[in-house]
Amino acid sequence: MGRYFVRRLLETIPLMLIISIFVFMFIHLLPGDPAKTLAGVEATVEEVEAIREEWGLNDPLIVQYGNYMKDLLRGDMGRSLKSSTPVTELILSRFQYTIQLVLAGVLWAPALGIFIGVMCAIKRGKAFDLGGMLFAIAGLSAPGFWVGLMLIQVFAVTLGWLPSGGLDSWKSLILPSVVMGLGIMATLARYSRSSMLETLREDYVRTARAKGQKESVVMFSHAFKNSLIQVVTILGLQIGGLLSGSVITETIFSIPGMGRLLVDSIAYRDYPAIQGLLMIFSLQYVLINLLVDLLYGVINPKIRYD
Amino acid sequence: MSQEVLLKVKDLRTEFFTSKTSSVTAVANISFDIYKGEILGLVGESGCGKSVTSLSIMQLLKDTPGKITNGEVVLDGVDLITASDAQIRDIRGGKMSMIFQEPMSSLNPSMRIDKQMIEGICLHTDMSKEQAREHAAEMLKKVGIPDPQRVLKNYPHQLSGGMSQRVMIAMAMSNDPQLLIADEPTTALDVTIQAQILDLMKKIQKEEQSSILLITHDLGVVAEMCSRVIVMYAGKIVEEAPVGILFNNPTHPYTQGLIASVPKLGSGVKVLPSIPGSVPDLSSMPEGCRFAPRCKYATEKCRTQEPPLAVVGENQKCRCWLKIEE
Repeated sequence: MGRYFVRRLLETIPLMLIISIFVFMFIHLLPGDPAKTLAGVEATVEEVEAIREEWGLNDPLIVQYGNYMKDLLRGDMGRSLKSSTPVTELILSRFQYTIQLVLAGVLWAPALGIFIGVMCAIKRGKAFDLGGMLFAIAGLSAPGFWVGLMLIQVFAVTLGWLPSGGLDSWKSLILPSVVMGLGIMATLARYSRSSMLETLREDYVRTARAKGQKESVVMFSHAFKNSLIQVVTILGLQIGGLLSGSVITETIFSIPGMGRLLVDSIAYRDYPAIQGLLMIFSLQYVLINLLVDLLYGVINPKIRYD
Repeated sequence: MSQEVLLKVKDLRTEFFTSKTSSVTAVANISFDIYKGEILGLVGESGCGKSVTSLSIMQLLKDTPGKITNGEVVLDGVDLITASDAQIRDIRGGKMSMIFQEPMSSLNPSMRIDKQMIEGICLHTDMSKEQAREHAAEMLKKVGIPDPQRVLKNYPHQLSGGMSQRVMIAMAMSNDPQLLIADEPTTALDVTIQAQILDLMKKIQKEEQSSILLITHDLGVVAEMCSRVIVMYAGKIVEEAPVGILFNNPTHPYTQGLIASVPKLGSGVKVLPSIPGSVPDLSSMPEGCRFAPRCKYATEKCRTQEPPLAVVGENQKCRCWLKIEE
């Protein structure tokens, strides 16, 4: 297990390097001139040129990338073009909000989704299965912004039970956590149902029954654990998506998180900020996938030992 | 061999439901007995209902569209079809156990062998976990695994097919079952391992004086292992006889065809005889004898009236008009 872990950890280094090249290239391919944005509409050509020189925008791309990586390795992601604050500081100040949102969604949604999915599989064809899958399809098809607005309308405006935005108390986390988690819950409910149904047809489930094992033990110690392998992959992708996809929730509930920072930065052509955010989002994604791979190892001994 | 009946199957009918109202019959009202201490062979082509018969006896049709719609399966005075879930669980893995065709996929991939074996032992005995582990190691030794302690700590993917089947046999035999159902236990293994596994099963059966229902499509295996044979065709029993009689004097044209199509060393035959045609589709069974469309002796009567399974000789039964009318 230790060697497997170290190997997977080392594999993330070249991956992050490649991602950094792509992020850098991508940003520089975007239309628009940051120097002009920075200088303002009424700036002269000379002023714009001076800004280009100051920010190193006239250097060849490869030199710019080299400089960027040199700074990045020291933890310096440059200064925001918009606010002149260091990007690292900017991201850190927003990070806590996004992470709170993500945790609020992740704490309940996967567990509930897997529970619904597994129960639907066990009660296949019965009313619970039908109801559960209807709920899951509704959860999957309802757009996040619509669910958010409806929740605000009902619980904040009409009933007045919960705040409509901001992140001042635990109460204000409830509605955003529903919007964040709903998709994950629905997706996992569907995946864990089909994965469980597949596992229930496996020969070793029949062997467990042939031993005289109780149905509840057959379901949980033999079928459920093996059905999780597929589900964990989806879980990783979904959580990765949450980290970078919190922008809608943040906008609806006026939460100053990283998603909103990204949208603002793109609008302003704030290269260093966009680059920094994309790198952080990618890093999160890579780390979550690493975590998923480790979970695989825990669930499936075949992966651990190969 | 004593002629005391261990398991009585009477009029067993298993149907597979394709929808709520329509079904196909995989096992059509079959009856047979398994005596104490015998190895009974159940042979037939793929799709003739052998495996469904075994799963029906074990009451393992859950999570399949199959359902037993008629009959009795009586083991030691208990009808397994009407027994409660708790009674069935008590019998499965206890008095009656089963090994399957695919040993590699029949073991739980995420559980160590010791846990899988101990689980089965503790369910049917009062042993503590430590005692059960020791018993498991003994069983592994009995099935010819040289290093039981190491295998106990292994996961299934670390074992070969032959090893896995040995583990399955050890697991199935660990509670001294009176009946072992072996559904094509050697089909997925290579030939040298096949012989070892069959020898092992025979040895254990002799030692424990248990009975085996051996399901196979391999007549060589039957000749080697069984004392009595049942031949199934399209969900029905077509012939039943002691193994010597069946091979020397097969009465049903299907059995004759099966035996004729086994290659023989040194016979000088260039073209191997085969039975023309294929097993009828479950959803469109022919009227009359189910084998008639493939039978070279079939008469008009065969095509319109179904023959009963009749006694045609000492301990020999056959479902064929030609024999009945002889």
